Amino acid sequence: MKINKTWHLLLLSLALTVVPNLHAQVKEMAEVKGGTYIPLYGSEDEPVVVDPFLMDIYPVTNAEYLEFVKENPQWQQSKVKKLFADDAYLNTWKGDTDFGDLNPNAPITNVSWFAAKNYCESQDKRLATMDEWEFAAMANEEFPDARQIESYNKYILKWYETPKTYNNSVGSTYKNYWGIYDLQGLIWEWTSDFNSVFMSGESRKDSDIDSSMFCGAAAIGATDLKDYASFMRYAFRGSLKARFTGRNLGFRCAKDY
Amino acid sequence: MFRIQILKITNMLRYIFILSFIIFFTSCNNTSSDKEEEQVTDAIDLSELPDMSIYHLPSNWTTQNSEEIELKDLQGKTLVVVMIYTSCQAACPRLVADMRHIERDVPDSLEDKVQYVFVSIDPEVDTPERLKDFAIENQMEEDKWLFLRGTEKDTREFAAVLAVSYKAISPIDFSHSNIISVFDKHGELKYQREGLGTNNKGVVEAIIKTTEKDASN
Repeated sequence: MKINKTWHLLLLSLALTVVPNLHAQVKEMAEVKGGTYIPLYGSEDEPVVVDPFLMDIYPVTNAEYLEFVKENPQWQQSKVKKLFADDAYLNTWKGDTDFGDLNPNAPITNVSWFAAKNYCESQDKRLATMDEWEFAAMANEEFPDARQIESYNKYILKWYETPKTYNNSVGSTYKNYWGIYDLQGLIWEWTSDFNSVFMSGESRKDSDIDSSMFCGAAAIGATDLKDYASFMRYAFRGSLKARFTGRNLGFRCAKDY
Repeated sequence: MFRIQILKITNMLRYIFILSFIIFFTSCNNTSSDKEEEQVTDAIDLSELPDMSIYHLPSNWTTQNSEEIELKDLQGKTLVVVMIYTSCQAACPRLVADMRHIERDVPDSLEDKVQYVFVSIDPEVDTPERLKDFAIENQMEEDKWLFLRGTEKDTREFAAVLAVSYKAISPIDFSHSNIISVFDKHGELKYQREGLGTNNKGVVEAIIKTTEKDASN
């Protein structure tokens, strides 16, 4: 009996060490079948069509990003052009090719839109569009569109109030209807067209982004204001610039189906 | 087109504070010491583009004369850039008028050192022919007016650099932010004005200052 137990433990620990490594090496994608949906700032009469596409099951991790900067030195912290990334780019890393004590399987963050875009292109992929991202992310475990389900919204809002979820390993949140993890609960993610969000209309005159954003946020027609969670995402995207980086802002890639 | 609705935000206040933290983390990164570093780069090697130069963008464009150019071909002149689309009924005519007024107010002595560039956010509709027609309609046929059309991807990237937001709201209509940007001859952003017809004077002064400084270097 005792031998049997030890054996089990051994197997278990072996499995535990193998699984996270798989995440790092094989980047699996899930198929999102597509369909129509009404985005937060859409109109009921004009559902947005989302074509089928493939999406990474997990966000890109520190370990994966390390491989990328090794092969593409122009994206290393000390070499990146300031046009493409602000000063906080990879600033929690120890060196150009060393992420120090960070969890290798935690999502890469502190990367700019340019960096994320180039990473995906290096994998023959691309960033998801905002509509694709929103479409995939409105699923919970069971339903492709869980936005009216209280537990779905509560989960996201609870996450917003939980600090430092970016330190968690990818795959530590729920697997959604499409088989994709971590769209909610870990980090915020770049989309290819983040700069199509308007928080303040076209004739904004002041450059004070915070105040104009909040006034603007109230002035743009959201179809369902109960959807705080996606309101927050849109507001956040509206505040971004392509070279910005953030501790809780990472990405994953997508691909045409 | 740009319908404004006033919506209740009281229930959102709770979450706005969370968001302000998030924004704080991203935007405060931006108050950086870029300037110092660029100057250092400049001093070390003048032939090297400054880090913040838009000429690092590897994008290809077609002009209203169907010429293929790379962005970096525009190096050497002050660039005054605006993003528009030719089927636009609302804001673009105003932006075009602003550009015309700005050009008029820049001294003639600087004329051959300044390039006025219109970049289409609607590359599908805005073919070179269409851009050409637009140039003729607006009596902007001289070389100082340049109309560019790129791929959708390059256009999105260029807009990202300019911090211009845009979104197709119908097949012929876009919503977009009205930003006029001034770049020096190395492609570094020197000035941006957001909004319509608000302050041409500021743009004109920026063009003069930038161009004169470039000439003395």
